[in-house]
Amino acid sequence: MTPNVTQSDIEIIDLSKIFGSGDEAFKAVDHISVHIPDNEFFTLLGPSGCGKTTLLRLIAGFEQPSSGWIKLGGQDITALSPNHRPVNTVFQSYALFPHMSVADNVGFGLRMLGQSRRQIQHTVSEMLALVEMESLASRRPAQISGGQQQRVALARALAPRPRVLLLDEPLSALDLKLRKTMQTELKRLQAETGITFVFVTHDQQEALTLSDQIAVMHNGQILQVGTPQGIYNHPAERFVADFIGDSNFLSATVVQTNGHSAQVQLRSGAAIRASLPSTLAAAVGSSVTVVVRPEQATLADQGVLQGTLEQSLYFGTDTQMQIRLADGELFNLRRQNTIGQPALPAPGAAVQIAIAEGAAQVVRH
Amino acid sequence: MRALNHWATLSRWVLCTPALLILLLAASGPLLIVLVYSFLSPGAYGGVVWQFSTEGWFRVFFSRDIFDGSVAPAQAHLQIFWRSVRLALLTTFFAALLGFPTAWFIATRPAGTRELWLFLVTIPFWTNLVIRTFAIQEVIRNQGLINSALLNSGLINQPIQMLYTDFAILVGMTYVFLPLMVLPLYASMEKLDGRLLEAAYDLYASRARVLWHVIVPLVKPGFIAGSILVFIPAIGAYVTPRILGGGRNLMLGNLIELQFGQGRNWPLGAALALTLLVIVLVALLIYIRLVMRDPERDHG
Amino acid sequence: MARRAFALNRLPGFTLIAFITFFLLYLPILTLVVFSFNAEASMSIWGGFSVDWYRAAFANRTVQEVSLRSLVIAVSAASVATTAATLAALATTRTPTFRGQTLIYALIHQPLMVPEIVTGVALLIFFAVIKVYTGYTGLAYLIAAHSAFCIPFAYLPIRARLQTMDITLERAAADLYATPLQTFRRITLPLLMPGILAGFMLAFVISLDTVVITEFVKSAGQDTLATYMLGQIRRAVTPEMYAISTLFLLLSILAVAVFFLLSRQRLG
Repeated sequence: MTPNVTQSDIEIIDLSKIFGSGDEAFKAVDHISVHIPDNEFFTLLGPSGCGKTTLLRLIAGFEQPSSGWIKLGGQDITALSPNHRPVNTVFQSYALFPHMSVADNVGFGLRMLGQSRRQIQHTVSEMLALVEMESLASRRPAQISGGQQQRVALARALAPRPRVLLLDEPLSALDLKLRKTMQTELKRLQAETGITFVFVTHDQQEALTLSDQIAVMHNGQILQVGTPQGIYNHPAERFVADFIGDSNFLSATVVQTNGHSAQVQLRSGAAIRASLPSTLAAAVGSSVTVVVRPEQATLADQGVLQGTLEQSLYFGTDTQMQIRLADGELFNLRRQNTIGQPALPAPGAAVQIAIAEGAAQVVRH
Repeated sequence: MRALNHWATLSRWVLCTPALLILLLAASGPLLIVLVYSFLSPGAYGGVVWQFSTEGWFRVFFSRDIFDGSVAPAQAHLQIFWRSVRLALLTTFFAALLGFPTAWFIATRPAGTRELWLFLVTIPFWTNLVIRTFAIQEVIRNQGLINSALLNSGLINQPIQMLYTDFAILVGMTYVFLPLMVLPLYASMEKLDGRLLEAAYDLYASRARVLWHVIVPLVKPGFIAGSILVFIPAIGAYVTPRILGGGRNLMLGNLIELQFGQGRNWPLGAALALTLLVIVLVALLIYIRLVMRDPERDHG
Repeated sequence: MARRAFALNRLPGFTLIAFITFFLLYLPILTLVVFSFNAEASMSIWGGFSVDWYRAAFANRTVQEVSLRSLVIAVSAASVATTAATLAALATTRTPTFRGQTLIYALIHQPLMVPEIVTGVALLIFFAVIKVYTGYTGLAYLIAAHSAFCIPFAYLPIRARLQTMDITLERAAADLYATPLQTFRRITLPLLMPGILAGFMLAFVISLDTVVITEFVKSAGQDTLATYMLGQIRRAVTPEMYAISTLFLLLSILAVAVFFLLSRQRLG
């Protein structure tokens, strides 16, 4: 029960959580197996209702799984109640105790663990210093701002030195500017404490910025686990490509495969090389979907796709061009607005699109 | 609301046990004994003789002539039933008539003073029923406030007899139960979305039409709740008719009490009490039907 | 000068009726209060300001006795009812819906739905049997009857408070290594306290007011203030009754004011 810093990786084995029964049964978590390594900033990313919060609550112990196991540092904790798990949560609503001062909130877990008054005092001031809240230690939660409450919630969850910190969309209640500051703060805290962070969010930008690894969830399942770069550049599923960043989806036919890449023929007739996820077996002659990110395509004199420019949208740092392809599909292309670029073609002009080497990616539907 | 794992199934029942025990012992359980007593024979000086009899229930509706045993409807009882139902319905009507505008007035006050007005309605409600009824008596009796004022001003030279009439009971019950109408009405009016009124006025509705087509349908749940809250204690009223009715204008509650006092027919009293309970249950069932049927009902 | 905005909420005549209602609500009560200070025992003559009737009321042995009895019963019944109601409220809000919950609700709210006279008759019969068997005729019958009657009134504000309390606070405590008992003692109970006190005040006032049940349950010589007054009204009314009423009124208003403040108190 006493938290200590040993091996703190989480292993989730074939975990399921079903709410209700019979016809109304709802699989919030559907046979998930995933390994969350020690000392990582690990993010569960997905739209609302995908099961990410339920998975977090299963790890915290607020819900009991319908089947499967959760192991922490090799030890089975599935049957432990929340107060016996060396895991602390930062709640979405912060859940600060309104009848206690900031310091008492931060010291609560330590008191429950039976630490001495001196020890508690020491840790509390250490934690308040860590989140830069020393000056407000005697205030009540209602007397401090949302951003400050957020810091107190973090300090409170970190004070008992848990082996894993669970964060349930902790930044969603903050305004944009404060959220950016807190993102940096979270990243710093994780690096300084060396505690495994499991972070739940529906904000893809937040996930890309903060995480060492991201697990993308959909319908109670994990679709893909990887580094932010890996997920963004090599989405294995159409859902992942669609949910994270902007994507163009092109229909194609496999001409030839060799290991991690394939030669595919686009509808325009041109053939390009596309990477192939290891989990996807594509036979020669089968039709597949190819993803191309808008910023990985350029206008060219001689391209692989032909179309007509419909309109250009100016975004400041870049400009997005919407191009109607010969087969009727819309293709988005994004260009950095740097000095000395050639002028944009006028709407209605015929254009050709080139795709950068290594930018195309075959995905599962 | 989802469970915390540690509140086990068992602990719920353990937690509920003290309340259930007290309620079963001193509220619900004894009702069953009333049912048993209503089928026994009366004892000579109150109480019962343990002998099955339907005479108690029979006497609720019929009377038997002492000399020739002929059966006739119990005129006196039926008259009291009728008075009780009529007075309870009239009380509900007048409570609504005064309560609706009052609730609206409170609901449309600025947030700061609204609580104060609400508090003002609540005070009489929590004041002892005996005191409030007594206060009404002091206002309307022959030497009371109204008659004294009228006599002193020379408008009349003979006090107007108001006390000990059905009118007195009606005034008293309306006065006593009015807050029970105002509070639920206020609760549904407070929830009313002001934009709906804006929309109605925007679509050329007059004030009367807004009242009738928008406000009244939307506060209907509060009105139904208020009506049931007034009707139930009014039909079972005992204190108010006892003080203001003066022993001549009986209501059901007083008739029941008589059977345990001078009349001393406990089985009849038990049967009368259960008859009152049935009337209340019917009113409650109608209420539940009305609430269930209303698609706008509050799911919160 | 700016023109007045269209009054969205105004309905013709409503304000007037509301004022008339408030006037009618307070006229009788204020009559008692005002004439309790009248030196003359009449409503047609104002004999000057006097506190003689209060002196008489305080000196009245019977009034002293019944007031004390009322307080003893009210404090006992409110304590019992509040404790039982708190436990029941925890069971019905902090656990998932369970079989039998409707039955529990029905039982708890039963005193609100069954006319007092019916409960009174039922208790008269039931306690008469027990009195014969045990020979005990003390105050316990009245306290038990009042406790049962007060349970729903104590239950409602406590449950309301529990429902507005964020359950994640209790989760957070469990997450921070508090045992269920520690969670209850350090989080749930302190946050619930205003609700519990509000429930107690309400139960207290209700017990003081309960007259019909008391009238049926009391043994000889067990009058409470309420039943004593009910009996006195039948006899000759003196302004001493006004004085007693005014004092009783004051006590009720005090309790209700405390209740109001407690139940309006926001979390945190």
